[in-house]
Amino acid sequence: MAEMNAKSPCDGLLPIAAGDVHLSEIPMTLMTSISPFKGQTAALSEALKAAHGMALPAPNRATGRDGARVVWIGREQVMLIGPEPAASLEAHGALTDQSDAWAVVRLYGEGAEDVLARLVPVDLRAAVFKRGHTVRTMLQHMSVSITRVGDSAFQIMAFRSMAKTLVHEVETAMKGVAARDAS
Amino acid sequence: MRLSGKGLIDRTKPVSFRFDGNVFQGFEGDTVASALMANEVKLVARSFKYHRPRGVMGAGSEEANALLTVGRGAAQDPNVRATMQEIFDGLETRSQNRWPSLHWDMLSVNDLAAPFLGAGFYYKTFMWPKAFWEKIYEPIIRRSAGLGALSGAHNPDRYEKAFAFCDLLVIGAGPAGLMAALTAARAGADVILAEEDRLMGGRLNGETEEVGGMAGADWAAGVVAELEAMPNVRLMTRTTVTGAYDQGTYGALERVAHHLGDRGGRPLECFWRIVAKRAILCAGAIERPVAFQNNDRPGIMTASAVRTYLNRYGVAPGRRVTVFGNNDGVHQTARDLIAAGVHVAAVIDNRRDATDSNDYPVYRGAEVCNSSGRKGLESVTFRSLSGEDKVETDCLAVSGGWNPSVHLTCHMNGRPVWNEAIQSFVPVDGMIPGMTTAGACQGTFSTHGALSEGAAQAIVALDTLGISAKVTDIPKAEDAPYEVAPLWAVGGKGRAWLDFQNDVTVKDVKQAASENFASVEHMKRYTTQGMSPDQGKNSNVAALAVLADATGRGIPETGTTTFRPPYVPVSIASLGAGAQGAGFAPQRFTTSHNVSVDRGAPMIEAGLWYRPSFFPARGEKTWRQSCDREVNMVRNAVGVCDVSTLGKIDIQGPDAGAFLDFVYTNMFSTLKVGRTRYGLMLREDGTVMDDGTTARLGEQRYVMTTTTAAAGPVLRHLEFVHQCLCPQMDVQMISVTEQWAQFAVAGPKARDLLNDLVDDDLADENWPFMACGPIKVLGVGGRLFRISFSGERAYEIAVPARFGESLFGELNRRAEALGGGLYGMEALNVLRIEKGFITHAEIHGRVTAFDIGMERMVSAKKDCVGKTMSERPGLSGADREQLVGLKPVGPVKQLTAGAHLFEVGAAAVRENEQGYTTSVGYSPTMESYLGLAFLRNGRGRHGEEVVMVDHLRDVTARCVVCDPVFFDPEGGRVRG
Amino acid sequence: MRITCPICGERDRREFYYVGDAVALSRPDPDDGDIAWDDYVHNRDNPAGVTRDLWYHEGGCGAWLVVTRNTVTHEVLQTELASDAKEAMA
Ligand SMILES: [Zn+2]
Repeated sequence: MAEMNAKSPCDGLLPIAAGDVHLSEIPMTLMTSISPFKGQTAALSEALKAAHGMALPAPNRATGRDGARVVWIGREQVMLIGPEPAASLEAHGALTDQSDAWAVVRLYGEGAEDVLARLVPVDLRAAVFKRGHTVRTMLQHMSVSITRVGDSAFQIMAFRSMAKTLVHEVETAMKGVAARDAS
Repeated sequence: MRLSGKGLIDRTKPVSFRFDGNVFQGFEGDTVASALMANEVKLVARSFKYHRPRGVMGAGSEEANALLTVGRGAAQDPNVRATMQEIFDGLETRSQNRWPSLHWDMLSVNDLAAPFLGAGFYYKTFMWPKAFWEKIYEPIIRRSAGLGALSGAHNPDRYEKAFAFCDLLVIGAGPAGLMAALTAARAGADVILAEEDRLMGGRLNGETEEVGGMAGADWAAGVVAELEAMPNVRLMTRTTVTGAYDQGTYGALERVAHHLGDRGGRPLECFWRIVAKRAILCAGAIERPVAFQNNDRPGIMTASAVRTYLNRYGVAPGRRVTVFGNNDGVHQTARDLIAAGVHVAAVIDNRRDATDSNDYPVYRGAEVCNSSGRKGLESVTFRSLSGEDKVETDCLAVSGGWNPSVHLTCHMNGRPVWNEAIQSFVPVDGMIPGMTTAGACQGTFSTHGALSEGAAQAIVALDTLGISAKVTDIPKAEDAPYEVAPLWAVGGKGRAWLDFQNDVTVKDVKQAASENFASVEHMKRYTTQGMSPDQGKNSNVAALAVLADATGRGIPETGTTTFRPPYVPVSIASLGAGAQGAGFAPQRFTTSHNVSVDRGAPMIEAGLWYRPSFFPARGEKTWRQSCDREVNMVRNAVGVCDVSTLGKIDIQGPDAGAFLDFVYTNMFSTLKVGRTRYGLMLREDGTVMDDGTTARLGEQRYVMTTTTAAAGPVLRHLEFVHQCLCPQMDVQMISVTEQWAQFAVAGPKARDLLNDLVDDDLADENWPFMACGPIKVLGVGGRLFRISFSGERAYEIAVPARFGESLFGELNRRAEALGGGLYGMEALNVLRIEKGFITHAEIHGRVTAFDIGMERMVSAKKDCVGKTMSERPGLSGADREQLVGLKPVGPVKQLTAGAHLFEVGAAAVRENEQGYTTSVGYSPTMESYLGLAFLRNGRGRHGEEVVMVDHLRDVTARCVVCDPVFFDPEGGRVRG
Repeated sequence: MRITCPICGERDRREFYYVGDAVALSRPDPDDGDIAWDDYVHNRDNPAGVTRDLWYHEGGCGAWLVVTRNTVTHEVLQTELASDAKEAMA
């Protein structure tokens, strides 16, 4: 009997490093987009807190930690990353499985900010974009979600089909930054 | 000639480079200009139009003469200013605009023909006959015009772009800029200090003056060291701020590796977009030349450039130097020369009250009126009250005063104002919101003034941001008043140059005025003054003064000079960094991509996606053979095709049905759960926007499919309708295109293929045509839709994308076992043409539901987007071009897409056009070419013959008009 | 150019998709007649001065915005969520 083999979006592309900056794929996990129905935002937040210990994050914010996060991903949209969404959430919002829709990578190391400054038109310096901050923006021509997950670590999400372009763009910027730092 | 013991060059590090094939030596810290000058090379360029011999005239980015080509081959870089190019071992530079050589240039005959080549020459000469323009005049002009040339080959260099943010951007690191940055940085503000030069310090590096009791350059170095140590400061050298844009956005070009022989992986340039809450322009000023006869001879340069070469580079630009000008700078120049041991032949000061000197001869109230010398300056003639005199000299330092570098203040349409006291234009407040000016660019020419203004403006700027900055002690510095007398053009015969780069003379400007091109904007266009790479930095104000004189008006009445971005030339490659080649847009790959490529399928772009065109089998020599086989395979057995690229939108909520009723022309709230329906979507103007199937997965949940091309626009449209037209609706939507790998399995054996792959019985009672629902595929949760784009029994099977490649392989194996296999876009296209199914080739933005025969799909029971406008007269009826099928019936059996339709016997001209073809393909099923077309009153003309004419591909074919559904019109096959 | 998205904050213009006059919010009823529909779909003023435009924060949060700005000075005077503006009209 044939088997269904899973393949991650960045399979064969990562990890890579240049200078002190590293790019690796975050292992695939459950990702569920959640959008509150009309007037249900507070109730959804309560349900999220009860079921998963995390309230609905405000715009441009993420809560949780590795393994269980809620990341704001757009107008009236958050992404629950890690846990299986509790059935209790369904009464309050639209839940959609997005586990396979995104290439999720981790960019980390001294200089990660400089790498992103070559790709993203948003101020991501530590003083402004702190741990727990997230942003929906463009990385070159791609729509992305970027979250600071550590002092010099970022989670970057891009559409799965664009994984190769994502890696190429970030790698090019990483090399440019590493070459300058070498001087 | 190199002077010993002077300058900011590193004499322990000799560097050798090439100019026009010859090897020269310089030192680290030299530019090509300073190194050539040290080697006594004076002739470095030929001018643009008359091919006049030219030398270095300045020491900064405004250089108008010394433009070189750097490098060789594909990456060669033309029009590089020798004054900006730092030397490194192995650097190769060449002069431009000369043939066969710099010293013996054929086109210097233009100089003799000068009387015929003056202002307006092109406009007057190339007017007639009109037909000559394209074939004769333009090629000749293009060949003889221009300075350096690109290689014409693909540029292999890498460029970068970057974004930066700060509280305060300080533009220019002279005394004003350093003081502004220091004041702001000490107050804790986030500061970016951008300086075009390799060294910060501005004029302090080229002067002998002291600041704070030490050499100016040393004071600057000390400030830079303090700033460098502060974490809230970003110092950017070799970075020119090129433009000021809306809401505090500034463009800046960083020359990252132009000065390096071994770039070590660095990009050549980086173009920065800097967002600054506040900015202070400290761009300094540019010294202006004076127009007199033959003022363009190599060896004639600005006085400040002479001081820079002396003091910063330790180079004497001549052995017997004459200084000419209208301000005290000429005397400083003479003193610096003497201090460096260089002979000063004369100082010619046009001010009658100029100070005298015991160290050098001063001619007061005098003007230089001519120069002579073969390829370099040998003497100048000057005129004073006592008549004309001549002085032997090999270098003339000229100062006509200073023009504040107001350029950036003009980038948002602001106009500077004339300041009579300094004979210059100065900026006024508020020209760029959030930007102020300090120092010489503001018309404050003393060093003390610059330092004080820099500090003061920083305090003001920070105050508006709520940051309080302390008043810093202003170091002691020169504070002499600036006294200048007007001096633009010295009267006399012969040609006196204003715009050195475009070879525009005083006479040209006067001629423009006399021919009534008296407005400054007309004069510029008529003479081309200010249109060269320096964009008039050296000539605009003087040209304006000459025009004012010629028209009898004052300078402020004549007009202002204005500047647009960029401040210096910016390579397109740096503006578009990251977007070269495939970087222009993201590439989107399906999960079956690798398998398709392994099977030898040529991939074609469909939007950003890559899709297989066809899958060549052994022995097939043409795409048509593959395509025909794949079509037959689907019609007779089973085919598999990746359809993941179609847009998929998950729509949920209590009002999901009502929302779909509003965006689609037909009803979706009545659709049963577990069923799929074809939907048509209109734009508000009544034309067709997109089509596709939407499945109802639950009471409050639908999944919509869009065409591949329209996936983004449709989601945008849905969000528009929800957020802007009916925000009261309780509905949420999100794209799930990327979540699912979806494959069409089509053909009479489709069910056989799927039956033991999925956990459900696919009997037609359970899974009739248009059924949909969740299903397990080899144990994995997926979805199945019984929909068809081929007219055959077909299913689309979807699994989470991680399993896509695996499932695709499995489907292929099973298809092959049943006599089928993979099919690509070509076969997909033929299959749908055979069935008369439309794509965006048909719904191209100008057709209505009526035109495609779907007007009955616009429900009468409800409103929907586009409904009202679709009912306008003229959008339906016999006059409309309507969708029809075409089959060739004459001797020519081929059809082409985009061809035009005519009545039999009518001339194939626009006036007779009856319609056009949109999609064609060879149908192995019907053994004929088939076409879809729009034909006037087409539905009433079935059976009629028309002529298809393709003027581009020269194909004319007689066709019969028929129903667009060529195959299985009853639709029996799709139901099984 | 920078636009302040009420949700995301101040962002570079490249993240936004420009659509046109915010008159698009004022969709007529089906029976309001030809003139009302013609004005809604086709007729637009082109003022030198203040305009109200619709922009879509496509490269950001996905919100539709009503942006009030001055076409002469390029000042962005106000931004608000289109859904808020529409609901306020009801
Ligand atoms: Zn936003």
